[in-house]
Amino acid sequence: MTYDSAAHNRAKPGMYDIGFSRAVFSRELIRINRTIRAQNLQSGCGQPTTPKKVTNVTQLRFSKIKVALSAALVSATALCASAAFAWEPTKTVEFVVPAGTGGGADQMARLVQGIVTKHNLLKSSMVVVNKGGGAGAEGFLEMKNAKGDAHKIVITLSNLFTTPVATGVPFSWKDMTPVAMLALDEFVLWVNSESPYKTAQEYIAAVKAGGGKLRMGGTGSRQEDQIITALIEKAAGVKFIYVPYKGGGEVAVQLVGKHIESTVNNPIEAVAQWRGGKLRPLCVFDGKRLAQKEKIADMSWSEIPTCKESGLDIEYLMLRGVFMAPGVTPDQVAFYVDLMKKVRATPEWAKFMDEGAFNTTFMSGAEYAAWVAKEDTRHRALMQEAGFVAAK
Amino acid sequence: MDEIQALMQGFSVALSPTNLGLMFLGILLGVIIGVLPGLGGANGVAILLPLTFSMNPTSAIIMLSCIYWGALFGGAITSILFNIPGEPWSVATTFDGYPMAQNGQAAQALTAAFSSSFFGALVAIIIITFLAPLVAKFALQFGPPEFFAVQLLTFCSFVGMSKEPAFKTLAAMFFGFALAAIGMDNVTGQLRLTFGFEPLIKGFDFLIAVIGLFGIGEILLTMEEGLAFRGKTAKITPAVVWETWKMLPKYWKTYLRSAAVGCWMGITPGGATPASFMGYGIAKRFSPNKDNFGKGEIEGVLAPETAAHAAGTSALLPMLTLGIPGSPTAAVLLGGLLVWGLQPGPLLFVEQKDFVWGLIASMYLGNIAGLVVVLATVPWFAAILRIPFSIIAPVILVICAVGAYTVHSSMFDVWLMMGFGVIGYVFKKLQYPMAPLVLALVLGDMAENAFRQSLLSSSGNLSVFFSNPLVATITTVALVMLVWPMLQALRGATKK
Repeated sequence: MTYDSAAHNRAKPGMYDIGFSRAVFSRELIRINRTIRAQNLQSGCGQPTTPKKVTNVTQLRFSKIKVALSAALVSATALCASAAFAWEPTKTVEFVVPAGTGGGADQMARLVQGIVTKHNLLKSSMVVVNKGGGAGAEGFLEMKNAKGDAHKIVITLSNLFTTPVATGVPFSWKDMTPVAMLALDEFVLWVNSESPYKTAQEYIAAVKAGGGKLRMGGTGSRQEDQIITALIEKAAGVKFIYVPYKGGGEVAVQLVGKHIESTVNNPIEAVAQWRGGKLRPLCVFDGKRLAQKEKIADMSWSEIPTCKESGLDIEYLMLRGVFMAPGVTPDQVAFYVDLMKKVRATPEWAKFMDEGAFNTTFMSGAEYAAWVAKEDTRHRALMQEAGFVAAK
Repeated sequence: MDEIQALMQGFSVALSPTNLGLMFLGILLGVIIGVLPGLGGANGVAILLPLTFSMNPTSAIIMLSCIYWGALFGGAITSILFNIPGEPWSVATTFDGYPMAQNGQAAQALTAAFSSSFFGALVAIIIITFLAPLVAKFALQFGPPEFFAVQLLTFCSFVGMSKEPAFKTLAAMFFGFALAAIGMDNVTGQLRLTFGFEPLIKGFDFLIAVIGLFGIGEILLTMEEGLAFRGKTAKITPAVVWETWKMLPKYWKTYLRSAAVGCWMGITPGGATPASFMGYGIAKRFSPNKDNFGKGEIEGVLAPETAAHAAGTSALLPMLTLGIPGSPTAAVLLGGLLVWGLQPGPLLFVEQKDFVWGLIASMYLGNIAGLVVVLATVPWFAAILRIPFSIIAPVILVICAVGAYTVHSSMFDVWLMMGFGVIGYVFKKLQYPMAPLVLALVLGDMAENAFRQSLLSSSGNLSVFFSNPLVATITTVALVMLVWPMLQALRGATKK
């Protein structure tokens, strides 16, 4: 399914693994490695350069090559095994993405995989698996049913809270083990830069005057974008036509093409169009202004007022966190908390956070569980009020 | 000519030994990915993406885009040899490619397919090189009504061009729509027609259906016909490539028509699958050998391939200039760009000249390299048909099963594939066309979304499909395509 236009985002299932062609891939990988070897790669264990091929080979678990390169392999794993863990993964870790390839959660999961590989943070390897069917229900059900499997982790987006309510598929965050919050994704109210609206107030006034004819585009239905739209409708006493699309990038382009009047895209979904002078941010749905002070277009992220400052008292942030299957031991959770801390300490992560104007809050343990529980209750209440609950 | 100068600089970037090596490596990996059903270009690129985080962005994108080209070339191989389209846009290639293989012309069909892919891609790259900023703006005019109009055009042109009775085509198409409706409804956010059965929440994947309908169905049919594998008399010499090439220039009109359709569909971005079907339909309508279509007409191979690859290649343009992924693979590449610290969008061409022109230069080189690699393998692939059916059938069966499993790593999908195999067999026996079913399964979901998004915006008013010259033209052409064959049939009836 390589070429088709609309098939690209959160709601679309992806695929799993290279499966039966592993052998062929491994041979090719070795060839790639010859070219990569020239480059300096920092080992994540604080040791001097370890050739990257070691991780790739481990990742592919291709026995012949393992034997051939066993010397390099042994030395590399020895370097990394220095930190003592009560538990460590013994086989490939599956990183489940409850969304299709190319979306925000997928990007983040693949970045984590890239960092883990590049910095040798894991003795075994990590593969990203897309299970986006049924607005993510496919991925979450798989986690729910993998009781005690410590080689499976899942990254979440707001569909952890919204999908069970909207579709009635039986799962909740309580069916999984919370590991850590990686970051929070922000939401910004965007309009086309050629529209006359310079502030959120002006826009809301126009929506009021428009008599419910202005269109708000968003990703999916009964998910975060529509929840924020419902929150705006309630706070400002206005009405939008909400038009659901399949992915955030598509939504941003529809706004550039003036097929809709506004969006609540995440920063990373819309930043390119903003820099290109096609979109204008009006306000950010956070309690405080964003941290990034670097100029993007005519202004920086930190200069965008909060919606509260603009008279729309709405706060909404999306969880980018990690969960494990139910029934895992505290040692196993501790390992992944530590792994995620290491990932967050890398320059690649910092750069990604900066570009996407993420809120870089980190939480784990009881604090994280409490935050998730609170958000779950909040989403249920919001969706109940907006009438987004599945018909029984 | 600033473009030419920039392009020359791009070539100097792309021609470094490292990048050339990565290019060939990418093509090889891509061909393998394209040949294996269930493992599409998007998946291949996604798997290899983390590997490239340590390369410099230009080398990384050169390798990944070459995987993409390779997968495009590879997709045609199984369509022609075994009637198993590995990718949605290769479905139209099976219509005449497979009959050609059965007539002992597998090598000719493969050569024609590869050469046409190359031509289509080349036209698209030239357009990207010189018209990028201009055509990029055109994509912005596409809102939901325009998308729906394009989908409608695809469906309608299909009803008109099928050689089966229109009723059978419609029946197969509506069966496809019904299957496409199962699973998540993107507009209301609710599950439909799943009856509380969990494996159904992800809906029916096109790949599973195609592997079953075409692959398994074909095997069942061949078994019934006594394990004879037609086409083993294929003449296999490298000279066949040259001889086929000598024939191709006389189809220049078909080439130009298909390339134009393809580029238009890629840029707008309607996608390669509609492009391939439209390319086939148009070629059939204008061809002097109309009646030979579906029986092994070489024009029926080159038309969809040219269109599909022109579309697939020009789909990268909206990604670079607008940051809209024109295809799932482009979406994965887009993720890669962000991780490498590049922001696709209106400013990419200004701020990252080396990267953009290196990539465009690698499109030229990658396609040439791809053509060389695949043409060199034509005799080998064609020789597969000489293996006795009793040996190759179980191998195909295993590959199909693994491919179906790979799509979602779900055992349920393997059973589903077998089920589709039986449906495919029944369809063949009752002479129902399978392509409309597949087409509806691939595009039904998108068409439905676009239709409902349009009506949401217009508060339910159908005039939205005639609301501006662009959408009105496409909609009208679509309706004419639907009605024209019927009128012709009527006129024929009255004459008698």
